[in-house]
Amino acid sequence: MANTALPASEAARLEPRRGWYRRNEIALTPWLFLVPGIAMFSIYVIIPIFQSFWISLHEWDGLGEMTWVGTANYERLLFDDRKFTVSFWNNVKWLVLYLLAIPMGLFIALFLNQTVRGIRFYKSMFFFPFVISQVVVGLVFSWFYLPREGLLNAILVFWGFEPVNILGDPSLATYGIIAAGLWPQTAYCMILYLTGLNAVDPEQIEAARLDGAKGWKMLWYVVLPQLKPATFIAFVVTIIGALRSFDFIAVMTNGGPFGSTRVLSFYMFEESLSEFGFRMGYGAAIAVVLFFIMLVFIAYFLWSMWRDEKEARR
Amino acid sequence: MFPTPLEKTSRAWQLTYQGLLPLALLFWLLPLIAVAVFSVKPDADFTNGNYWGVPSSFELISNYGRVFFDSDMPRYMLNSVLITVPTVIGAVALSCMTGFALGIYRFPGNLLIFFLFIAGNFVPFQILMVPVRDLTVNLGLYDTKLGLVLFHIAFQTGFCTLFMRNFIRALPYPLIEAARVEGVAEWRIFVFVVLPLMKPAIAALCVLIFTFIWNDYFWAVVLTQGPDAQPVTAGITAFNSQFRAAYHMMSAGSIVAAIPPVAMFFLMQKHFIAGLTLGAVK
Repeated sequence: MANTALPASEAARLEPRRGWYRRNEIALTPWLFLVPGIAMFSIYVIIPIFQSFWISLHEWDGLGEMTWVGTANYERLLFDDRKFTVSFWNNVKWLVLYLLAIPMGLFIALFLNQTVRGIRFYKSMFFFPFVISQVVVGLVFSWFYLPREGLLNAILVFWGFEPVNILGDPSLATYGIIAAGLWPQTAYCMILYLTGLNAVDPEQIEAARLDGAKGWKMLWYVVLPQLKPATFIAFVVTIIGALRSFDFIAVMTNGGPFGSTRVLSFYMFEESLSEFGFRMGYGAAIAVVLFFIMLVFIAYFLWSMWRDEKEARR
Repeated sequence: MFPTPLEKTSRAWQLTYQGLLPLALLFWLLPLIAVAVFSVKPDADFTNGNYWGVPSSFELISNYGRVFFDSDMPRYMLNSVLITVPTVIGAVALSCMTGFALGIYRFPGNLLIFFLFIAGNFVPFQILMVPVRDLTVNLGLYDTKLGLVLFHIAFQTGFCTLFMRNFIRALPYPLIEAARVEGVAEWRIFVFVVLPLMKPAIAALCVLIFTFIWNDYFWAVVLTQGPDAQPVTAGITAFNSQFRAAYHMMSAGSIVAAIPPVAMFFLMQKHFIAGLTLGAVK
């Protein structure tokens, strides 16, 4: 028995006849396990990021030779492209308004955090828009908004309001699409908060209650601090969701009316694979700009996770 | 518990709450209910302008029957299955291995590789689009299911690794040490000690990835075209142009397209939510 209690490294030293692999097993195994994953991830994710930078410095139709143009694509983007400006500001709108999903999700989670009969059914039904594909959600909302057949206008007219053609009006269309996007995103935030609320320490709540805290004060000073991990994740997924918004726009308006609902991700797609010929270089340049916007957030997320890792090690 | 449990509140609020619940749900699902109502209406209701009245006849079977027998929908659905299932298997298999390597071993570069996987997972798809499309065309995989599957496996490995690694990290480490002391080979530790403990994580990831991939639209339009390889999310646009302005058919079609992930969610709810809310609680 004494022999088996030796640490693995000791055992390896005592048995010099074992093969090279056996002697270095602990050092080698992780790399053998990592190779397939790292290979796939590098080929399809890491390397393409750098390739996109390279392509963005060229003019390229995707088939023929690439022509070096230096920073010309970027100069055109930043100083001479109204479509880019519109897309950029729409992205900002998406970012800001999409964050409403977090308080809305919290509100619904608080509403549903009870133990009445059938509450589990209600929780699943409230969550269920998140499971449906964004394409279908987009279609559902575009029919909901239809000027003649849509339910929204049927309700508006019933209450004596003027019908509105949300997706046909350049000043409203983006907001209509964001509202559609908020629907599943709110459901996601809700489920995060429901899980978080489940883990809130009941003793702290009771203690605070004895001290006379209730309502908003209780929420703000006692409950929300305990929901911090849920809020962090809700923040991460909402920001990423906002910057990735593509499906809704492609399905609901295809960028229109008059290009008023384009965002960078959609504009990039349009330029690269448009019917007027492929402008891959220009598209890649738009993607690089989007990447840098995202990088600000990615850096922040990674930094927070890194900090947690360091704490976990101690 | 917060807010105050219902039992401890006034009778009036208890009744209000009970009444409010179904109303709130009705309001929340309104757009979806509208589509469900559309999908069982006859064609005549739309030509007569009877959009929101009682359906003049109940056409559930004939509308949904046409979706299945009178369009390319079944082909698109089959494509979706043939894209989603291999992706789930591939991504989960790869990430079990990467998660094991990053979660169990200490070696220089461990955290760096882990953060590379996380960072890649956050990246906007668009920056990958041109090179990945080019690569897929060069491999002769453009407009094939395999082309989509390979990309999806690679990209999902990022998220899955994050998930698996954190799960394995939380397993009791003495178990692995004990196995090592017994002289068990490292790969056998993976197969016989760690894998059996990972079942809940594997189940959660399977449902999550199934839903993500089934619902993917962007890569479907970038890497495929036409009914040979396109999944249902992209196929639905072709379906809609076949039934232009026939709202009852388009509604039925979208409901059919949405059913598999919804069914998956309701069947595997516990795993689904466990996967989605990983990290929401410390």
